[in-house]
Amino acid sequence: MELYNGPLDSKEIFGRWLDEQTESNYGAYIPFVGTIRAEDDIEALSFDIYEPVLQKWFDTWQEKADRLGAVVKMAHSIGDVPVHTSSYVSAVFSPKRRVALELIDEFVEDFKANAPIWKYDVKNGERIYAADRSTPMAGAGLLQ
Amino acid sequence: MIKVEFLGPISKAAIEMEAETLAEVSAKLKEDDTLTDWLDKCAVALNDTMVNDLTITLKDGDKVSILPPVCGG
Repeated sequence: MELYNGPLDSKEIFGRWLDEQTESNYGAYIPFVGTIRAEDDIEALSFDIYEPVLQKWFDTWQEKADRLGAVVKMAHSIGDVPVHTSSYVSAVFSPKRRVALELIDEFVEDFKANAPIWKYDVKNGERIYAADRSTPMAGAGLLQ
Repeated sequence: MIKVEFLGPISKAAIEMEAETLAEVSAKLKEDDTLTDWLDKCAVALNDTMVNDLTITLKDGDKVSILPPVCGG
């Protein structure tokens, strides 16, 4: 798992991940790129991350992938990420395509639901929490 | 004494309190009007592990983290 301040250099990251697995004999490599869309007059999105819980979430996925003979990878931005640049990339390597196709779907969806990352719209230099696009994590409401 | 920290968009500094269970943490946080709109939406981590049980016993120095709704990517 890799965290960066500001936008991701997705070409460098994907190229490096590919190079790292050159000799691993994986038949499938499925990358996913999340790009900031220009909408609602935003200049950028901005992100806070709670790394200790994110690392545990990712480690659990890595163990799940390992049981399937696969590898999951991800990188995410911290702070401001301008429109038309990338804030999130992930990938799955697996021996055959079916495992990778299914795993990238589950991995990205669970990431959206349970990775401890908070998103803000940036308008006129101001950070506004994206409350209406955010999802309570599993177990939310315990203290209510 | 335990520490309670509020993550992401909850604009609130960490606090310390005496509490023997998460149920006691809940009771004390509910007295804080600034958290009224947050508690029903927030998940909880104890020492950076997600938890879902109010009866968990706390010990001195524990860290309870309050995690509001997320949206990565």
